[in-house]
Amino acid sequence: MILIVDLGYRENSLGLDEFVMPIVHIVREAGADCCIRHFTDIDEDILRQADGVILCGTALRDNLFADRIGEFAWLEGFEKPVLGICAGMQVLTLIFGGSIEACGEIGMTDIRVTAADPLFDGRDDFTAYELHTFSVKPPEPFTVLAHSDRCIQAVRHRARPLYGVIFHPEVRSEWVVTRFLHQNGLVA
Amino acid sequence: MKLGVLLSGGKDSLFACYRAMEKEEVVCLITVVSRNDESYMFHTPNIHLAALQAEAAGLPLVEVETAGEEERELDDLQRAIALARDEHGIEGVVTGAILSVYQATRVQRICAGLGLWCFNPLWHTDQAAYMEALLAAGFRVLIAGVFAEPFDETWLGREIDADTLAELRRLADRYRISLTGEGGELETFVTDAPFFTQRIVVDEASVTYRNHNGRYTIRQARLVAK
Repeated sequence: MILIVDLGYRENSLGLDEFVMPIVHIVREAGADCCIRHFTDIDEDILRQADGVILCGTALRDNLFADRIGEFAWLEGFEKPVLGICAGMQVLTLIFGGSIEACGEIGMTDIRVTAADPLFDGRDDFTAYELHTFSVKPPEPFTVLAHSDRCIQAVRHRARPLYGVIFHPEVRSEWVVTRFLHQNGLVA
Repeated sequence: MKLGVLLSGGKDSLFACYRAMEKEEVVCLITVVSRNDESYMFHTPNIHLAALQAEAAGLPLVEVETAGEEERELDDLQRAIALARDEHGIEGVVTGAILSVYQATRVQRICAGLGLWCFNPLWHTDQAAYMEALLAAGFRVLIAGVFAEPFDETWLGREIDADTLAELRRLADRYRISLTGEGGELETFVTDAPFFTQRIVVDEASVTYRNHNGRYTIRQARLVAK
């Protein structure tokens, strides 16, 4: 089961349909079961059941998750695969000691893969949809995988299957989510 | 959160409004009336009746006119949204965008520039489930424009009911068109919605059609009690 975490400003917010449900659709299409939980409602039981986690993005002005970063402390000891999307990448960065910095992009953007990784399926570059005000200054255990002209686009933990992407793969780059599921054995 | 909904008169903007009302406070509708039938951003058939829809919904309408020239019409959209912010205190904008990155990107940029939230509750929605939810919720939707094969003039003015939806589904599979008309194949006009306190009756309309390209223009319409 894939745990899909809603990082919106409150449970069942107006951002749910826009940032969470498209990810649910991709995961189900790939053949995986999933469960949606708001970030304030994560407990040991659901983490034990989850085979992997996807932390979803939020609306451009929705940064409450960063003020409540303590809610994500479970990530420090979580050994299973995690994909953090936009807000989710910012959460991964903050939990492991990095920082968020202003770097805004909106719309389709060219992305260059700067460190080969199975997540990108052999691609050297691609275009993806951006909707963010901030990017990250990743902490030491993370390596940068991709850049745009302006911002860091993707990171990976050096020792654990923890990925972050600042772009929104649910828009025209669904393959990134599918690759994450396949390469980590989360779907057949 | 006080929100303004971008209103085209069609089903997507009014269903997005319905979704927004379930979770936040919708305080106004916002319409940009384009003088260009080929506008890149703005739905045009029957946009002159947006005021009647706003009245049916019991919501104030912020209306701005545009010449409808590519990119310059965005200045007019920004002007409309800024007016809604100043007059009605909106903190965010809701759109009915489903797949159009072109439209979503531009509205997101305008909202970011004005310090407003932007929501797209139909973004990448399952189109079949959306159309079923639309009918189940009690929306009444007319086809107000056809712009692709295989639609002929018999589709103009037709209400989307369960039978029409079933036919649309068959055509969508066969002709590789979107079920919702998101690809520009269809335009619609909403005559009733669950949050309308009155419904719209069309008294007079005209049809123009040629080569899979047609419009159903409502000449006279009125509100009646539900």
